[in-house]
Amino acid sequence: MSAGQPPLPSQPAKPQVKALNCPQCGGAITLRSFQQAVTVVCENCHSILDAKDPALKILQQFQTITGELKPLIPLGTRGKLRGTDYEVIGFQRRSIESDGVRYDWHEYLLFNPYKGFRYLSEYQGHWNDITVCKNLPTVRSSLVSTANYLGENFRHFQTADATTGYVIGEFPWQVRVGERAVVSDYVHPPHLLSCEQSSGETTWSVGEYIYPQEIWKAFNLPGQPPEPVGIFENQPAPSTVNLKTVWAAFIALSIFLLGLMAFTDMVASKDQVFTASYRLAPGPVKGEPSFVTDVFELKGRDSNVEVKTSANVSNSWIYLNYALISQDTGRAWDFGREVSYYYGRDSDGSWTEGSRRDRVIVPAVPAGHYYLRIEPESDASHPDISYTVTVTRDVPVFSFYGWAFLALLVPAALISLKALSFERQRWAESDHPILQSSG
Amino acid sequence: MTQPVSNCPNCGAKIVFQWSSSVQTVCTYCKSILVRIDVDLKKVGQVADLPPDSSPIQLNTEGIYHNKAFVVAGRILYEYEQGGWNEWHIVMNDGTSAWLSDAQNEFAVSFAVPGQSLPTASQIQVGQQYTWKNQTYTVTVITEAHYKGVEGELPFQYWDKTDVTFVDLRSQTGKFATLDYSDEQPALYLGEFVEFDDLKLKNLRQFEGW
Repeated sequence: MSAGQPPLPSQPAKPQVKALNCPQCGGAITLRSFQQAVTVVCENCHSILDAKDPALKILQQFQTITGELKPLIPLGTRGKLRGTDYEVIGFQRRSIESDGVRYDWHEYLLFNPYKGFRYLSEYQGHWNDITVCKNLPTVRSSLVSTANYLGENFRHFQTADATTGYVIGEFPWQVRVGERAVVSDYVHPPHLLSCEQSSGETTWSVGEYIYPQEIWKAFNLPGQPPEPVGIFENQPAPSTVNLKTVWAAFIALSIFLLGLMAFTDMVASKDQVFTASYRLAPGPVKGEPSFVTDVFELKGRDSNVEVKTSANVSNSWIYLNYALISQDTGRAWDFGREVSYYYGRDSDGSWTEGSRRDRVIVPAVPAGHYYLRIEPESDASHPDISYTVTVTRDVPVFSFYGWAFLALLVPAALISLKALSFERQRWAESDHPILQSSG
Repeated sequence: MTQPVSNCPNCGAKIVFQWSSSVQTVCTYCKSILVRIDVDLKKVGQVADLPPDSSPIQLNTEGIYHNKAFVVAGRILYEYEQGGWNEWHIVMNDGTSAWLSDAQNEFAVSFAVPGQSLPTASQIQVGQQYTWKNQTYTVTVITEAHYKGVEGELPFQYWDKTDVTFVDLRSQTGKFATLDYSDEQPALYLGEFVEFDDLKLKNLRQFEGW
């Protein structure tokens, strides 16, 4: 600085928290948001004062019911919420009435001299972190209106008349007890878009559901936050997976299963190694009832063996005791199959029962030479029955895929049902409840 | 950037212009309002002390907007029934001038846009739509404000105002427009809302206890 210059004027003093006294009761009043406060409410006598007036002119006084809820976060509490220091400077209780029942919620006004204002709202233990919208949402009216804010679509939840019932602390706007506003909420969990209309002014704000533990930690509050009651309008669904993802995964895995099925079918060699037809003559069996077939060869790797039986049964049955016997080792696989087919008419119309075909799979049979021992039986009075036995090796088995498909479907369906019931509960409190499907 | 230097015709103090195109400035020593006429400075008035306000911004606060550094050169302070707000005159490092408004810590940067057809104050109603430069804006609020004072350098003469009408308009994309009816000819400013953190402000005001 060159000589002869007057000294630099001192910088304007740092804004300081102002301590004042209530003109009504003399109680201490603190102005925590410096010059931003427009109204301030005496915590002691509930006088609403003009913060812009050096004499703190009284604008309104209100009575409080005894046992009025104290703010869960006391005025003057500082905390670091999502990276920014905030001080709680105002608190108000607002309510809506529905069917003669009053529903209260609480709003906490937070202040940082650089970042400005922010709000926390609390309804039955559910909290939202709220800021005023800088952009204008667009509302599309229909049966259930939607609002779009910065590309995000919100669904109308509820429109109600809100009344301010209790205020303490300071606010950068005019507050009065008894003031009414029409509040419309639009939700897209975990976000909430609110439109408040009062005396010709429309204010939009956007909120995000915030878990109470985060607030307790941010403001270092003692004890435990009150347990949230029910499901709140923008509470995120408990499962973090969304249903689209679940069903997309289900479809992808189902396609994968279909692919595997096609692959199984393709690689199965389906070699028919034996077929022969026999006849079970009517009347009692003469001599040894069992017989053996010609020898057939199973080639290649260990594989399953399918034994198919078809019989021309008609209101009759045939039972076949089978044994698949290895000529090389003498090892035998025993199994019995019944083929029965009945049909008729009764008062309900025609009916059938059973089938003329039967199929059984013998798993993991080694290569080698084999034959079948067959012992057929039927009623003593059975008619003439012809039957054909076919042996095929290495056939595709699809039952596994049925179970696998079911194993995919069941969890996806359960998750969807759970989510649906959560959404039903959420919307039950709205202007647009999801109707229970009849039946 | 050139920094023309002259002396206050009232008290003789050195007057340094941060911006060569400034039309008006306020002597920091004697609070004379000085207007540049060619190379001379003429005293046109005197500012009373500005009412206290709590904008975190002050003269010489520096920041960055769209990759351009700026410095705060002046301001106009207004009040209305819901509080006060500041229009900070900022000078970009490319020589352009703009406005950084701070209304209860809602920050916006705007530029004067001359040559548009503008409605008269009496024609305007909340909810009307206007389109300027291919962007549609909706009138959100009409504010009757009171001029409270000026500080520092301004791009025009502005000091003997009382009540002024402002019309705020918003778009659906974070843009906003202001119609300023403080002169006979209305003026249009177009801009956008900005996040405090994005401005990377330095040399901010200090607050007791923060």
